[in-house]
Amino acid sequence: MSIDEGVRPTLATDGDPPAAPSRRPPDHRRWWLLGTALTLVALGALSLALGARPLAPEVVWNALTDPDGGEAAVIVWEHRLPRTLLGVLVGVALGLAGALMQALTRNPLADPGLLGVTMGASAAVVVGIAFLGVGALTGYLWFAVAGAAGASALVYLISGRSAAPDRMVLAGAAISAVLLAFTSAVLLQRPDAFRDFRFWDVGSLAGRGLDVAAQTGPLIGFGAVVALALARPLNALALGEDSARSLGAAVGRTRIWGALAVTALCGAATAAAGPIGFVGLVVAHAARIIIGPDLRWLLPCAALLTPSLLLAADIVGRLAIAPAELSVGVVTAVIGAPVFIALCRRSRLGAL
Amino acid sequence: MTGPAAGSGATGWALRIGPLSLRPHPRSTLVAAALAVALVGAAVVALTTGEYPLTGAEIIDALRGSATPGVDFIVTTLRMPRLLTGALVGAALGVSGALLQSLARNPLASPDIIGFTSGAATGAIAAFALGADSILRVGLGALAGGTIAAVAVYLLAYRRGGAAGRLVLVGIGVSAALTSVNAFLITRAPLHDAIAAQAWLVGGLNNRGWGHAAPVAAALAVLLPAAIIAGRRLRPLELGDDAAGALGVRAEPSRRMLLVISVALAAVATASAGPVAFVALAAPQLARRLAGAARPALIGSALMGALLLAASDVLAQRLFTPTPMPVGIVTAGLGGLYLTWLLAAGWRGRP
Repeated sequence: MSIDEGVRPTLATDGDPPAAPSRRPPDHRRWWLLGTALTLVALGALSLALGARPLAPEVVWNALTDPDGGEAAVIVWEHRLPRTLLGVLVGVALGLAGALMQALTRNPLADPGLLGVTMGASAAVVVGIAFLGVGALTGYLWFAVAGAAGASALVYLISGRSAAPDRMVLAGAAISAVLLAFTSAVLLQRPDAFRDFRFWDVGSLAGRGLDVAAQTGPLIGFGAVVALALARPLNALALGEDSARSLGAAVGRTRIWGALAVTALCGAATAAAGPIGFVGLVVAHAARIIIGPDLRWLLPCAALLTPSLLLAADIVGRLAIAPAELSVGVVTAVIGAPVFIALCRRSRLGAL
Repeated sequence: MTGPAAGSGATGWALRIGPLSLRPHPRSTLVAAALAVALVGAAVVALTTGEYPLTGAEIIDALRGSATPGVDFIVTTLRMPRLLTGALVGAALGVSGALLQSLARNPLASPDIIGFTSGAATGAIAAFALGADSILRVGLGALAGGTIAAVAVYLLAYRRGGAAGRLVLVGIGVSAALTSVNAFLITRAPLHDAIAAQAWLVGGLNNRGWGHAAPVAAALAVLLPAAIIAGRRLRPLELGDDAAGALGVRAEPSRRMLLVISVALAAVATASAGPVAFVALAAPQLARRLAGAARPALIGSALMGALLLAASDVLAQRLFTPTPMPVGIVTAGLGGLYLTWLLAAGWRGRP
């Protein structure tokens, strides 16, 4: 892919510069990455085992390797495996989208939910359900992508070229408010659409079949590949637009590909699971703390950490008020809002 | 001050009543008068048109209590309370938004955006879930929810003085979290309650009687003068906390008081009509731009809010004649236009 040519390899820090003696502490980043990968595997296993009806590890293993049509096999194959896979897919998408948005806008408060992108997807899905008779979850995909694209373009236009963090968040909130009113208005006139929509709007991994994962998977894969390929030019962009340009990065091209990737990732994730806020924001900051600001490490780390957070939130939601369930969107909002508030309190962002 | 002040927008004389003195701004006064006339016009249209057109004479008769029972019912039970509720709610929202925008020094700050409305929605949905049947009880739930959310936002944003910008950002965060809680509560409710809650969330004036207009009128009667008196401190506050302190205004107590007034007005308005979108956001800015002033004026914002809501309600009732739409949908549409206009004219030129 040609995106990578934006920065000459000699400017990047990979490869050992022969003369400079290394004064840096030993690089632990690969171990952190391995650790997050192992965490994800462990949480995936837990997600298969835990729930209203807990299963022992060997029962899960037997059901997976030798599905005999028994109760355990049905639970694992029909319910827990699809939602676990979906959690991983959606998590990868939201994690990459969050980190990518923060890098693209150089805004520590960027998050698909806060900047109105998921609300754009919601509004488009409502149009699909109410006016075009789209019934199945699988049909929401392209509406959600189109809505995400429209909302992100609008937020970017409103907040203007300077794209100050607080201004973008405000523009996102304003767009969200318009879209929310529009959504409510449509739903009010169409109670039948409301019946379908309210279960999608809550942001949940439950009740989605493997076909949803299969349909959104390719788009998320495309977004993920583009996002990872953008790591180098985005590293240059972190120095500021002028410096990036003088380093040879193709700023405009990077932005366009980045926006495409964010739209694909957010749209697909939102179509699959409904609006899930705050995870992208929280994980991007957590990943920056543990692995540093280099996007070549940060993006994979976010892509591994976010599904872990999402699966953990889903498991908590299953167990918290069993046999009923808290949807994952509520759990992530309860976890994520304090982090966002702490960020606002910590930095000088508060001074509008 | 005597004699004309050359080149300044203000007139050179002041109206003094005891310790108070007012310096009328001619263009603002003119705009306020024009808005008042437009409001009266909207009121006449709202009262005379509809399924049973009435003449002006019949309206006056009905208000004096000498009309036929049918006309009397249409005017004093159906149209008049609805019109008054709309105008008063609009005025309350306009003032609330003007205070908040001055405090935050940001044209997009409004109760819609900083968490009050989401909190009110949570309270209302909870009230529906607990079996509240009357609109007034749901309003009380909304009042409680919104107030708790606003207090929480203030306390969370407070750190050695609650900087105004942080208030807005924290409000947005709390609002986003509450929105997912609301979506969850709506899936837990039976479909019938969920639809009722959703309808309330749009904000409307259907079936509003005198009982809805009276609390808003009382709140405005108390809080608007309080806001005008306290509003004199807004001007130094807009210079920033340090400059305000140097001018002898203690920033935090003033801000707290104005914030309380703003939230109280929004709360009472929301309890009566539901969270009507965007009036609080757009009214102060429209009034400010018409008046050519540097900051939103309270009286102008109140009149503009009343006009916006009353006119929107007329539109909502007359445009969609078979099934009248709730007014919140019309105001949301107008809000969208306003945002587009901001997009074209507002921020882009500024650094």
